[in-house]
Amino acid sequence: MASNEEILAGLAEIVNEETGLAPESVEMDKSFTDDLDIDSISMMTIVVNAEEKFGVRIPDEEVKNLKTVGDAVTFISGAQA
Amino acid sequence: MPRKVVITGLGATTPIGGDVPTMWANSLKGVSGARTIEADWVQQYELPVTFAAQITVPASEVLSRVEAKRMDPSTQFAVVASREAWRDSGIEDIDKDRLAVAFATGIGGVWTLLDAWDTLREKGPRRVLPMTVPMLMPNGPAAAVSLDLGARAGAHTPVSACASGTEALHQGLELIRSGKADVVVCGGAEAAIHPMPIAAFASMHALSRRNDDPESASRPYDTNRDGFVMGEGAGAIVLEAEEHARARGARVYAELAGTSVTADAYHITAPDPEGLGATRALKAALFDARAQAEDVVHVNAHATSTPVGDKPEYTALKAALGSHLDQVAVSATKSQTGHLLGASGAVEAVMTVLALHERKMPITINLDNQDPEIPLDVVTAPRDLPSGDIVALSNSFGFGGHNAVIVLRSV
Repeated sequence: MASNEEILAGLAEIVNEETGLAPESVEMDKSFTDDLDIDSISMMTIVVNAEEKFGVRIPDEEVKNLKTVGDAVTFISGAQA
Repeated sequence: MPRKVVITGLGATTPIGGDVPTMWANSLKGVSGARTIEADWVQQYELPVTFAAQITVPASEVLSRVEAKRMDPSTQFAVVASREAWRDSGIEDIDKDRLAVAFATGIGGVWTLLDAWDTLREKGPRRVLPMTVPMLMPNGPAAAVSLDLGARAGAHTPVSACASGTEALHQGLELIRSGKADVVVCGGAEAAIHPMPIAAFASMHALSRRNDDPESASRPYDTNRDGFVMGEGAGAIVLEAEEHARARGARVYAELAGTSVTADAYHITAPDPEGLGATRALKAALFDARAQAEDVVHVNAHATSTPVGDKPEYTALKAALGSHLDQVAVSATKSQTGHLLGASGAVEAVMTVLALHERKMPITINLDNQDPEIPLDVVTAPRDLPSGDIVALSNSFGFGGHNAVIVLRSV
């Protein structure tokens, strides 16, 4: 079980690895597409890496609901519970 | 008269230098790029061949981390070499609808393909990354170069094993002559120093087994040659319609005067011992260039250092150039670089262009006892080319019976 802060930090690391964006720019209210300019193939890569890192399953139909970083943190946190 | 096509930019990342100036300086000195492979997998799989000619400057030192992560190593090498060639050409303003790419590979994204297969078997399908397909596809290098330069007149991928890099220049010439493009970034890239291709090439006894002395393993024309040395890297050449190059006052290295591609239709891997397909390619390329055998002063030979491969090329050169062959100086640069497979033709074309431009020839190393059945004039010590109008050839032959020849003319 990870705290929301730990999940955010882990996600920021994955996003940085995939896109080169500074980890501190990955904030809870940021939209993956509109703010972070992440395309669909990068988003799927981030999902695959997040599943591995946090030991959760993020179903394909759920991915489209993960609009912001906060949505992803909330989902991962819930899936770990 | 077809449009005249000239060479205005050169790029390379190779086992004897991470850029063109370094590679060229080393090729004139005569150095070996072959080394023992420092990777765990050599011992892990008990590979029968433990050395190769690996690139000297990792692509990660040239590309950003995020760029490199989205590219198979073969594509990384292609982008490194093509960026150097593009900068070297000095082209700033160009209609991107008139800019094409012809970038070859022999094997494609073998690291990506096999890594993904390992991931699938160990962790299941959900762990196979979404970038896997664009990274493993053989057109990956051409597509990445097109994307990087904004080239929109087509991105082509000739695939003809070890003739691929030379066939890319053939394709580039055709694109400009036919009026489909004014500038074409041509080249070849290969990154197959991976345990599986090494095992496979070793299985067919194509590789040298001089594990105790890698630097002397690649020895074209030597009586004790025992196979080729796997190399990796990329070469890139900017081809440009002559009128386009003149209009912008470009520095012109040489003219790509003619090319030819033929097929042996003889055997899937063995070269035709009489070199008939190679002879036809040589004659047709000279005809295409409106050149005579007597114009030729230098050949960068395919010469991989295999027992069966080196002689048919001599037979073909003899048939195509006749008694004039005695006046032709031959360089077998795979003695230094190893065999870059689908990239070899592109890297050797870069060297041949520079030979004409600088009037100096790269050296053939490790030729201690020349095979008496291959009485070529081999360049083993620094030697200059004559002044005046001269012509040089570069040959490439590939599994599948592919023969590709380019004819370069001094400017």
